[in-house]
Amino acid sequence: MDGHHAGRHAAHPNRRRMLIGSGLALAGLAAATPPALAALPENGPAGRAAPDGPMRFDEVYRGRRIQGWTEPVTHHGPGGDGHHRSGGHGHDRHGGGARVLVDGRDLHLMRNADGSWISVVNHYQTYDDLRALARGAVDALDGAALIPLP
Amino acid sequence: MRKNQATLTDAEKQNFVEAVLALKRRGRYDRFVRTHQEFVMSDTDDGPRVAHRGPSFLPWHRRFLLDFEEELRGIDDTVELPYWDWTMDQDPEAAPWTGDFLGGTGRAADGQVTTGPFARGGGRWRISVRVDSRDFLRRSLGAGGGVRLPTRAELDSVLALSTYDQSPWHSRAEGFRNQLEGWRGVNLHNRVHQWVDGHMATGASPNDPVFWLHHCFVDKLWADWQRLHPDSGYLPRRPTRDVVSLEEPMRPWGDVTPADMLDHTRFYAYDTDAETGAGGGPGA
Ligand SMILES: [Cu+2]
Ligand SMILES: [Cu+2]
Repeated sequence: MDGHHAGRHAAHPNRRRMLIGSGLALAGLAAATPPALAALPENGPAGRAAPDGPMRFDEVYRGRRIQGWTEPVTHHGPGGDGHHRSGGHGHDRHGGGARVLVDGRDLHLMRNADGSWISVVNHYQTYDDLRALARGAVDALDGAALIPLP
Repeated sequence: MRKNQATLTDAEKQNFVEAVLALKRRGRYDRFVRTHQEFVMSDTDDGPRVAHRGPSFLPWHRRFLLDFEEELRGIDDTVELPYWDWTMDQDPEAAPWTGDFLGGTGRAADGQVTTGPFARGGGRWRISVRVDSRDFLRRSLGAGGGVRLPTRAELDSVLALSTYDQSPWHSRAEGFRNQLEGWRGVNLHNRVHQWVDGHMATGASPNDPVFWLHHCFVDKLWADWQRLHPDSGYLPRRPTRDVVSLEEPMRPWGDVTPADMLDHTRFYAYDTDAETGAGGGPGA
């Protein structure tokens, strides 16, 4: 017990010293916004080129229009460097070229190594296909509109 | 001392809540939400991953919590993060979901939390880092797709795994880290995010202050695992594509390695350390 307390008291000056600069590190991150964030498009379907993959669905679910495309199969395989592909939307980096719109607004999504999908509004739950992911997002949004990240 | 939230006194709960609200008021809370969101979106199975889906999930969140706790202590130096043992405290009507602490579940109509200090109506908790138009905190405790909280037996089955992590070092890996994170196996950490639902189910999960109590318990589980497996350690030890090995720096800090984070007793104690023989470890 004594050793425990001694350890704890010794820890704090050490800890404060180690944590100096953390604010800077966090603040610096905002400046170094990853491409996925920087590339978030203006909302709305007008003027947006569709990704070059085939459209998989375009439907109205619970009053919201959901559209989804998957990537062209030729670009990259599992573990490939598809995220380095140039000229794509920021979303290509994580979605492997796939894209989902809810009422014309991009839903950030990501593909898991097992082929399932995950989206930013439901980020700890995986979906087997894009349409299920889009419907899950509509459920989670519960009528709210997607907005670009701040 | 980081304590089990079920054992906090009324004053300790109040001090924690007031410090969190003060951080928010001073504009220093939301950068934690933003950082977390950015890492959630950039950590991928087929690219670099630091905070999630990879071996540095545990040291990254340990340091993230330390940064947050340091901010709280700058406001009130009696405050330390409490942890929520979700294998024990599973009642959505009881602590930590009480009006004097984190508030309760959201209302049926829109998931809005309307009780406790973080209710939008109280004027002290507006969600600003968000992916949709709603600016109120949301929860639906236990309502998210029939998910239930993990049991102690499930937790013990994960603590029993002796390998920290292994190739392919992502969401399909076997091993302790990935089963604790929840992409495989019984699913512990991810499932708790889903159970709370609302903001906790999103990449902006730190918008719900229970994020800190949840991750504090996950952090404690890492320490518990280390004690159970003294001959196991962080893996990978050598530089490995797309992940952070033992002695490589983690973003965003750049000067913090997993090795720096292995011994929690350098920074704080858990209330169970004394009874389990941890504490006063090599770094203390
Ligand atoms: Cu996280
Ligand atoms: Cu988490």
